[in-house]
Amino acid sequence: MTTTLAPAPVGGPGAGPSPVRRAHARRTAGRLVPMLPAVALLALFMLGPVVWSFYGSFTNAALTGPNAANPEWVGLDNYVALLGDPDFPKALWLTVLFVFASAVIGQNVAGLGLAMLMRSALKPVRAVVSTLVVTAWVLPEIVAAFAAYAFFHADGTLNSLLAGVGITGPDWLFQYPMLAVILANVWRGTAFSMMVYSAAIAEVPPEITEAATVDGANGVQRLVWVTLPTIRRSISTNLMLTTLQTLSVFTLIYVMTGGGPGTDSSTLPILAYQEAFKFAQVGYGTAIATVMLVIGAVFSVVYIRSLKPEVD
Amino acid sequence: MAQTAAPASVPSPVPDVAGARPARRRSTPSVAAPGPRTARILSNVVLVVVGLCFLLPLGWIVLASLDPSATLAVGLPEMFTLENFTAVMTPEQTWVPLANAFVLSAGTGLLTVVASVLAAYPLSRYRMRFNKPFLYAVLFGTCLPITAMMVPVYSLFVRLNLLDSLAGTTFFMAATSLPMAIWMTKNFMDSVPISLEEAAWTDGASAMTTLRTIVLPLMRPGIAVVFIFVFIQAWGNFFVPFVLLLTPEKQPAAVSIFAFFGQYGSVAYGQLAAYSMLYALPAVGLYVLVSRLSGGSFALAGAVKG
Repeated sequence: MTTTLAPAPVGGPGAGPSPVRRAHARRTAGRLVPMLPAVALLALFMLGPVVWSFYGSFTNAALTGPNAANPEWVGLDNYVALLGDPDFPKALWLTVLFVFASAVIGQNVAGLGLAMLMRSALKPVRAVVSTLVVTAWVLPEIVAAFAAYAFFHADGTLNSLLAGVGITGPDWLFQYPMLAVILANVWRGTAFSMMVYSAAIAEVPPEITEAATVDGANGVQRLVWVTLPTIRRSISTNLMLTTLQTLSVFTLIYVMTGGGPGTDSSTLPILAYQEAFKFAQVGYGTAIATVMLVIGAVFSVVYIRSLKPEVD
Repeated sequence: MAQTAAPASVPSPVPDVAGARPARRRSTPSVAAPGPRTARILSNVVLVVVGLCFLLPLGWIVLASLDPSATLAVGLPEMFTLENFTAVMTPEQTWVPLANAFVLSAGTGLLTVVASVLAAYPLSRYRMRFNKPFLYAVLFGTCLPITAMMVPVYSLFVRLNLLDSLAGTTFFMAATSLPMAIWMTKNFMDSVPISLEEAAWTDGASAMTTLRTIVLPLMRPGIAVVFIFVFIQAWGNFFVPFVLLLTPEKQPAAVSIFAFFGQYGSVAYGQLAAYSMLYALPAVGLYVLVSRLSGGSFALAGAVKG
């Protein structure tokens, strides 16, 4: 045993007469051995698809036929086609709309609002309402999607309620598909923001709010000048996470509208799926996936930079 | 997929979520309360209305599953029946897909937990130059919209001859849940004091021995949380098995319930709802369990985003 202070659990004594440096390197290598399974899994099944995504987007891979077995290198053709395809900018716009309306605005504002309201609510009200909100979020996504489908369907709950007050509701999934999926995603995802904000608000020192009250600040002023600035870190974290989460929503939209009618609710994940599996353009679908990956990566980097002190 | 996990007891990659302890009810002095009683009543009323909006879609699943003539609109059944449940509770309709889902989720959970415990140990115990870049890479991995790129994954699986393979799908799902699991596990492990191990090391025990005999027993609840968290995610995952598993006999409940919806969705709403209930219950039950494990339902904040 070379030393007792710095334990050399794996292969420590094997260092022998070699220079200290090499012994050190060998010890480090030995210590890294347990990480191999995780590294192998990540390299093969996470890095692999990412690299493959970039590579595949430069080929004319198809679902079946000769181009499925031996795709050819087509350079930037897929990306050129992407720019010329009217569906792509539309899908990009719908994705931005979906993320902005349902996550950035919907889930965040609703989550913050609920978290604030919960504080002055009666205990049973708080317990029941938070259970309901969380249940929508805990349900498997496909079940949540069925529930939302039934709610917005032409013969669904919403229209039967409207009929009760004498209004003939429209076919939401057909006439206002984006509105329906956006509301459904708010319904499904608000719980997360609510919990983040409940925790954050609970951490706001009551002395500050009290001081503001003594100085004559009303409820809105306290929210804007005291609470929000104090929890701004939670706000930015939550915004990033809900954005990344919403960017990859597939099931909810796919079940509710199938991206339709036409492509009126085809966000990027839906478009990529349809191009690849409905129109058999795997290379093209891969190019769309790569675009999403890059968007996600940009958001991730911003997010990680904001968390930097945590890792250091 | 950007699931965020942050059990309260540990420092986490998502610091603010980590604070998600049960919203502590400070008995706030009246100064901080919004004064007039009307505001209080108003906020309760608003909450009740919001609660109803959340309840309606959920209520449909429960009521329709018990309704012999269910429609898409929520409504009290004229008579309650369990025949929707008995109709779908056949081996090929429900039990085989649920068993597949279990194999897939448990396999994913097991693989993930083993790999992340092994990976977290060196990260937690040694100071190495390698740690920081690796943790950054892992954090980056937690954020990537991997499930949004199932198309390249599909063509990669075609190449690797892994398409329609339960094992291949399990490995993929384990890999995608690993980054978050490594973060969680490392944080749980950091809270086990190293001094206990140092004594054992001095006595000549190897790192793997101390990991097995000292660290793991002390972080059992943490491991359970990670396992259940990964399990629930895999259980609820639709898109991945939908793309990667083609044979109906291999498909988990999430996919077979979608096929059922496509075939009978427009006629047998009651059965669809009953099947949904059977499939959703384990996930909900496990969520309750895991939130107990980590103290309070709010504690788990991000941990179980499906």
